Amino acid sequence: MSGHSTYTPKTGLTRWLDSRLPILRLAHDSFVDYPTPRNLNYFWTFGGILSLCLGVQIITGIVLAMNYTANAALAFNSVEHIMRDVNYGWLIRYAHANGASMFFIAVYVHMLRGLYYGSYKAPREVLWLLGCVIYLLMMATGFLGYVLPWGQMSFWGATVITNLFSALPLVGPSITTWLWGGFAVDNPTLNRFFSLHYLLPFVIAGVVVLHVWALHVVGQNNPTGVEPKSKADVLPFTPYATVKDGFAMSLFMIMFAVFVFYLPNSLGHADNYIPANPIVTPAHIVPEWYFLPFYAILRAVPDKLMGVLAMFGAIACFFALPWLDTSKVRSMRYRPTARLYFWLFVLSACVLGLCGARLPDDQVIPGLKTFTLIDSDPNSFVWLSRIAALYYFAYFLLITPILGLVEKTSPVPETIASPALNAKKA
Amino acid sequence: MTLKLLSKAAVLAAFAGLLSFGGAVMAATTEAEAPKTQFSFEGPFGKFDQAQLQRGYKVYREVCSACHSMSLVAFRNLGDKGGPFYDPKYPNSNDNPVVKAIAADYMVDDIDTETGDPSKRPAVTADYLVAPFKNEYAARASNGGALPPDMSVLAKARERGPDYIRAIVNGYKAAPAGLTVAPGKYYNPYFPGDMSSSWKGDPNDVPEGGVIGMPPPLRDGSVTFDDGTKSTLDQQATDVAAFLMWAAEPKLNERHQLGAAVLIYLLLLSTLLWFSYKTVWKHESH
Repeated sequence: MSGHSTYTPKTGLTRWLDSRLPILRLAHDSFVDYPTPRNLNYFWTFGGILSLCLGVQIITGIVLAMNYTANAALAFNSVEHIMRDVNYGWLIRYAHANGASMFFIAVYVHMLRGLYYGSYKAPREVLWLLGCVIYLLMMATGFLGYVLPWGQMSFWGATVITNLFSALPLVGPSITTWLWGGFAVDNPTLNRFFSLHYLLPFVIAGVVVLHVWALHVVGQNNPTGVEPKSKADVLPFTPYATVKDGFAMSLFMIMFAVFVFYLPNSLGHADNYIPANPIVTPAHIVPEWYFLPFYAILRAVPDKLMGVLAMFGAIACFFALPWLDTSKVRSMRYRPTARLYFWLFVLSACVLGLCGARLPDDQVIPGLKTFTLIDSDPNSFVWLSRIAALYYFAYFLLITPILGLVEKTSPVPETIASPALNAKKA
Repeated sequence: MTLKLLSKAAVLAAFAGLLSFGGAVMAATTEAEAPKTQFSFEGPFGKFDQAQLQRGYKVYREVCSACHSMSLVAFRNLGDKGGPFYDPKYPNSNDNPVVKAIAADYMVDDIDTETGDPSKRPAVTADYLVAPFKNEYAARASNGGALPPDMSVLAKARERGPDYIRAIVNGYKAAPAGLTVAPGKYYNPYFPGDMSSSWKGDPNDVPEGGVIGMPPPLRDGSVTFDDGTKSTLDQQATDVAAFLMWAAEPKLNERHQLGAAVLIYLLLLSTLLWFSYKTVWKHESH
């Protein structure tokens, strides 16, 4: 896709620069002249939305860091100082805290879009893997950031998650002590978490550059999954994609603003407004909503080590996906059976999220007592999460590989332009 | 066809699953659901009712502050925009005579710079509200071992905070027969707890709520409101809940106002971008 450059410097200065550092040529080729499939739908605007999210998080984060104190005795009050005394501190902090949720909403849409339209399939495996790395880094950054206000949920969330590593045989306890910088989550933990929370976004930005680079080598996928074959299939990025991305970003910002200005604490947990207290455990420790499905998988497995492995395995499935999918057809638009399993996968992830927010022994159907199956009542969230987790893994490890070999697909169009042009006539 | 239907059903189910994310989180403890109060600061155009904040402050000062600190609120904050004693004549709240007078009523610790000895001086507007106890141990010793929580962000540190606070102070009930409540403790159906171990009645009918270390703090006429509002228990409870919400979220008025401006801007921007999009794509199929 990255063909011959059409950039022509127009002034003396740009000609001079172009023969020394062709950075304007790079920008022109990447964001102006870059050919994009003409049939991209709104799900393709989330790449731009995600870069917006990253930008918002980095800018608000830098300003927060100017006023935040990473010390166990001072952190909670320094956040309140930002909320009360720093000019527009409340806005910056609420934008940053809700920005994390917005970032994850966008990344989940972006990932599911890739899943649905087969964007991970050859030749886009490296592009997909880089995306998975970004997602992993986002999860690490989100977790580290949630610890910084040093509220009850920060402290106990950090305790639960760092303790997961203690499940590893032999080296587990040593690793945990090493992560903590002591024998419990305390001031050294907070300091290193702050340091890493400041570092990782720039690592993300670096991997985003690689992600975009890989994208510009192989070109964008599109809803048909058919590669562009001629000029009729593509349009230049500017103005066609820029204006559509801009419109979608603006709509996304409306949702973002509604949360920041009118529901700023709705996605958080009230307990995090109680200062961290190592002696008092909250009644119910829950992670942020974007981690809930993985938290449910962790708790679905009775053995701690196995639970930890299952949780990381659930993320590893995304990395392995390009080699698990055997289908010759890229887009699920032409894979009716796969579509059904895909939506069931989305459902299983949502159910897991729901289970992660509940206590494992709570009843799914209130008041219905049945019997004990292995360790608990089948009418409990732990069993619901087991069923959903089984489907989650089956989707990646059984359904995706087998379905590609046995499914009946519908006819795939010859070119992108053919259905697009037909749609216009109809 | 069946497949298409099934697929649609799966999509719907997925969205239903997504929506149910919002469901409340259940804990092992139980408590009665706090009744919904209509506060002036709710909704997108909501803002604090200054008269209510003044009444709430009076309840806090005369009753709550005997045990509860409010360490993140400074005297000057009382005169900030949106606060209980804001006066447009004094944009700098440190000049506000009401705020100055409130501060001057308190003595705070200081150090005598001549001798280096600890000393006391009248508080100024820059000082923070004075805590009732020297430290946590003193607070516990005076309260039967229980620690009265700091009230600075209390309204945000509980689910549906203002409703919860109002329900707690308003909702004390005599312990039902069969429920053992230790001396110095009080039964409150709105306080989260697990009463099953102190309940002698039907194990399937354990009373909701828990025991709280705070005796019923308010009753009809506990404080006299300066604006002539009838000082019922419910009025005091509602006003102090509103005041605590202000203490926890003092920039709420500003937030709601700025939010409206931002949303109007974004809606205009979106409209313009929509028309730009339509214009740019006019001759292109997709």
